[in-house]
Amino acid sequence: MSVVTKPVTMPAPSFEAGTEDNYLTHTTGFLSWALTLDHKRIGLMYLAGVMASFAGGGVLALLIRLHLWNPNIDKTQALFSNQVYNQIFTLHGAIMVFLFIIPSIPAALGNFLLPIMLGTKDVAFPRLNLGSFYLWICGAAFFLFSLFATGLDTGWTFYTPYSIESRGPVVAATMGVFVLGFSSIFTGLNFIVTINTMRPPGMTWFRMPLFLWATYATAIIQVLATPVLGITVLLLAAERVLGIGIFDPKLNGDPVTFQHFFWFYSHPAVYIMILPAMGIISELMSVHSHKGIFGYRMIAYSSVAIALFGFLVWGHHMFTSGMADVTTIVFSALTFTVSIPSAIKVFNWIGTMYQGTVSLNTPMLYALAFIFLFTIGGLTGLFLGALSVDLHLHDTYFVVAHFHYVMMGGTLVAFLGGLFHWWPKMTGKMFNDFAGIVSAAIVFVGFNLTFLPQFVLGTRGMPRRYASYVEEFQDLHRLSTIGAMMLGAGLLVAGLTLLHSLFYGKKAPMNPWGGATLEWECQTPPPHDNFSTPPTVGDPYDFSNIEYDPKTGGYFKKK
Amino acid sequence: MTTTVAHDTSANHQVEGHEHPSWLAHHFDDEQQQFDAGKMGMWLFLVTEVLFFSGMFCAYALYRNRNPEVFEFCSRFLNEKLGAINTGVLLFSSLTMAWAVRSSQLRETKTLIGMLGATLGCAAIFLGVKAVEYSHKWGLGLFPGKFFQSQLEHPVHTDNNYLWNLSIVPMILLVCFALYYAYGVIIASKFHQRVAGPLVIAALCFFGGVGLGTFLESEEHEEGSPVTHNATGEHAAHADHDHEHDHAQEHAVAESVKPAINFVAVDSTGMHDDVAVTPAELVTPVSAVNQKGMAGLFFSIYYCMTGVHAVHILGGMAVLTWLIVKAARFEFHSKYFGPVDNVGLYWHLVDFIWIFLFPLLYLIT
Amino acid sequence: MRRNPTMMNPSIQFNPMTPTFLADVNETFWFPKQASTFAPKIDFLYDAIVWISVLFFIPIVIAMIYFMVKYRQRPGYKGSPEALHNTVLEVTWSVVPTFIVVWIFWEGMVGYLDMMRLPVDTEDVKVTAKKWVWSFKYKNGAESDKLYLQLGRDSKMIMRSDDVLHSFFIPAFRAKRDVVPGRYNYMWFQPTVEGTFDLFCTEYCGDNHSGMITKAIVLNSEDYEKTLTELAKEPEDIVARGKWLYERKACKGCHYAGAEGAQGPGPSYNGSWGKSVPLAAGGEATFDENYVSESILNPIAKARKGYENASAMPSYKGQLKEDQIEALCAFIKSLQTAELPKK
Repeated sequence: MSVVTKPVTMPAPSFEAGTEDNYLTHTTGFLSWALTLDHKRIGLMYLAGVMASFAGGGVLALLIRLHLWNPNIDKTQALFSNQVYNQIFTLHGAIMVFLFIIPSIPAALGNFLLPIMLGTKDVAFPRLNLGSFYLWICGAAFFLFSLFATGLDTGWTFYTPYSIESRGPVVAATMGVFVLGFSSIFTGLNFIVTINTMRPPGMTWFRMPLFLWATYATAIIQVLATPVLGITVLLLAAERVLGIGIFDPKLNGDPVTFQHFFWFYSHPAVYIMILPAMGIISELMSVHSHKGIFGYRMIAYSSVAIALFGFLVWGHHMFTSGMADVTTIVFSALTFTVSIPSAIKVFNWIGTMYQGTVSLNTPMLYALAFIFLFTIGGLTGLFLGALSVDLHLHDTYFVVAHFHYVMMGGTLVAFLGGLFHWWPKMTGKMFNDFAGIVSAAIVFVGFNLTFLPQFVLGTRGMPRRYASYVEEFQDLHRLSTIGAMMLGAGLLVAGLTLLHSLFYGKKAPMNPWGGATLEWECQTPPPHDNFSTPPTVGDPYDFSNIEYDPKTGGYFKKK
Repeated sequence: MTTTVAHDTSANHQVEGHEHPSWLAHHFDDEQQQFDAGKMGMWLFLVTEVLFFSGMFCAYALYRNRNPEVFEFCSRFLNEKLGAINTGVLLFSSLTMAWAVRSSQLRETKTLIGMLGATLGCAAIFLGVKAVEYSHKWGLGLFPGKFFQSQLEHPVHTDNNYLWNLSIVPMILLVCFALYYAYGVIIASKFHQRVAGPLVIAALCFFGGVGLGTFLESEEHEEGSPVTHNATGEHAAHADHDHEHDHAQEHAVAESVKPAINFVAVDSTGMHDDVAVTPAELVTPVSAVNQKGMAGLFFSIYYCMTGVHAVHILGGMAVLTWLIVKAARFEFHSKYFGPVDNVGLYWHLVDFIWIFLFPLLYLIT
Repeated sequence: MRRNPTMMNPSIQFNPMTPTFLADVNETFWFPKQASTFAPKIDFLYDAIVWISVLFFIPIVIAMIYFMVKYRQRPGYKGSPEALHNTVLEVTWSVVPTFIVVWIFWEGMVGYLDMMRLPVDTEDVKVTAKKWVWSFKYKNGAESDKLYLQLGRDSKMIMRSDDVLHSFFIPAFRAKRDVVPGRYNYMWFQPTVEGTFDLFCTEYCGDNHSGMITKAIVLNSEDYEKTLTELAKEPEDIVARGKWLYERKACKGCHYAGAEGAQGPGPSYNGSWGKSVPLAAGGEATFDENYVSESILNPIAKARKGYENASAMPSYKGQLKEDQIEALCAFIKSLQTAELPKK
């Protein structure tokens, strides 16, 4: 990531002249990155890491779709053997969940933005922050080992007893998950402490940008849920190595207990993935509508509500496992409670556009795509929450489509929107907006083409994780594969647009979009210490005195 | 948050800035903010630790609820004297840790190092006793889950040098620390002596713990006390009614039957009720308990819980050593004692968890 | 995307709530044929949620596009950023969805409880799942790898897995339940249509998970009884009968024979007939009718060398008749393969 960037001098009204160096040029050399305690550099390193993971997981996804072009009942037509296919979908899931989605927004964008949005010099524990990053690298190394070793084929959920007897390197993979879990815990811990103890004078809780609210809610889940995943995978590793028997029916253990343990973390983890995305969308909708967010408090409260309710619904992954009826019903009821705060957010985002001044640029189009896709993802959750319908849809492609609409159509699209939004601040370069819009359009169409057919596949009974399928499903599968190729192309365009900007992009102004949060009052790219003088904290969504300056191509705040 | 700031540093967080004292990280405004952040971070970390252990407590609750008689029976194999001693040692170490925090605030470096060293020593005693307990159980074949291979009615203790093997690393460390101390003496460095002294004592404490544990374990063995039905007691009693058992057949059953069908097979054998060993209230036949899926599962949970706890003790010892080094450099004072305070919090949590483990595992009956 | 209507069925009515584009009259756009009493209820709730979702989704998208166009940034236009809060609106869009999801929850719960409440008088089938085959055992002891069901009869599945997690799923019945090792899971349904339906495993279970497919065949009561009797009947040919017994009397679980069975705890049947085999207790015995029948009735008596744990095998005394043992002998005799294939 040692992008050579010339010092950007952007005379800014609220800055003393002479602060020429920025965080990218403050020090040089490999070690200045490898041992940096600067949250911005750590954020960038995370960004490089999660993007590489995403590329890897994405290629695996395309391989899955290519394999499913044919029904593969006749194995000679099949692209991969069953074993290889199982390994591919396992690694696709594991990489996307643990290496990409969970760290994407909090660790990459969050690390970069959180202290700047708060107007502080760094997070509370910079060393711990760097430690989190190296734990992430360590976890990624375990996953790479699983990729190149004999092949992990348990599915990313590691359900016992299959994971106990599988040939794959389950212990390495679970250690990877364990380590990544602690990386996530430490990031969350850092963010909670930073937000609690380091807010500048004047930034009350309800003057915090909504991205920080979302990150805070996320961090709470990270800290409270991830340890349970840690002990679960540790026990699973002990099961493999020592045969402790807690999850092994052959030793009088109970495999359903594993599912409870696993989903106690992994359901809240869904909100680790989606809450920060919602935070990004709140920022994007407001800034690019040049209008305050509609219903600030409702959005802030709903983030916390989702975080709390998220802890109580893990059982809805197990409606068919054979839980007691009462338990099942209670989990179903609690599941529906999560839908309300999510719905409120969508309505508020739409309300934000009302009577605003909507700039239809790349980040905004990604945000609008998010609302469209996330709404579908959320509404299809209603089908899965309704008990009797879930019995039909559970473990079919309907579920696959549902969580891709939420995780990919939601989190990934929001991540891309946020990346385009803050890219100028991070790199000091403007990207080609037209290319960005084209990428948003291709991603949007490709995504829907990939996953809409999968809803129909699911209702018609196509089970998930099938390397081959009965022929009547073929047309829908082919439609989905074509969509996936298109989606891949769209993401490639998005990536190339960003890469292109690094080398040929125009210098970015300090505030290219007209945002009112503190990061836009910081130099572009930010200096090593973010702010040489403590910034004055105002309403993060007060756009009344932000004016466009045609000379710089950016906005500035009227004094 | 900053109300207690009444010192020279108050100037720091304004424009001139960056004249931070060395102990104040550059991104904090003042020592109060730094202390608050550190403390909150530690509390959150402790929350994650509690949740981490809660997974195992849940497993414990589930399986105890499912097979209460297994837990009651197997708990007799844990030597509650050793457990009680370890509880006392840890409680004492909490006292010394709290004292260390106070000393660091008062800048009494000598007391501070002494107290940190005492805490470290207690931790070493704890581990020494634990090593005796573990090696004794391994000698009896009381392994977790699928490796479980004991006959609980008449356990045969085989000495496989487990204790010796467990002592190798502490022995190496003892030698290293002693050499380090000698080095400190040779170059006449007070600093190195201040660091090495407590380390040597702590390493010695481990062997003190081993000695104490071995003594108590063998005492149990000799007494063969009918009140405490521990493993060795039964071993002693076993000679009397040896003839009642059909060794060969039992052995054959345990050996031949694969774990998958173990449960059924042993149920159907309709085993004897060993009156001398089995207390009257225990209705389940010993043989039903004596399986990989029963007693084996109990010992799985025992090793997981105490093992993870022991790993936390080891982690605590590492940070205590780090504190001793810092203390030997006179780094702590009234405005900077956060690390001692936070390690103290952590240490109390580790004790606290043991306070739950001890009755839940050792004192079931 | 469209399947041939294999069977016309009057019991499926046209559902006005269903979008019928792209679909023929027999099955809807979304679902396979409705073939159990559960299916119409589940499809109704599904369709209801589809329409509720559409009622939310279309206005959201229209509002989004309308605002996008109307308030787009353009020269000479300036928004009025005052609308930041509207209590009435916010309360409305919080409360109305709440009532709707409560209704959905209620309907789902009622449907679920119907599916969970086992009827008293059921046709029980013991379902065993193992990698990667289903096996079904019926009331008369008949066994099959396809599931035979009686039209209009409440059928109860008593399910258990021999190895890892599996899940029993018949899309046409809208019924699914995990099959878990170490515990029994139950489910029931009442087939309403004669025909053959897909039965999938939907819980990932390893290499050949996607091959763990079989058929559920719904027959009228006459055909059903006939099929069951047929399945329970021992074959005429003596060797075939021996093989049939081998598969059904649990020999297959431990003994290898031909290309089947486990190369596990018990000795292989292959290629021993007529030869001398070493015994665990020392000495030898000729592998003939006498030896085989003695080993079936009293496994420990002449355990083979290397198989000292013969007590793991139950005695079949009283379980196998004289002629059945003869059939087994004939079957073993027919296995002349000399070598065990490599694992």
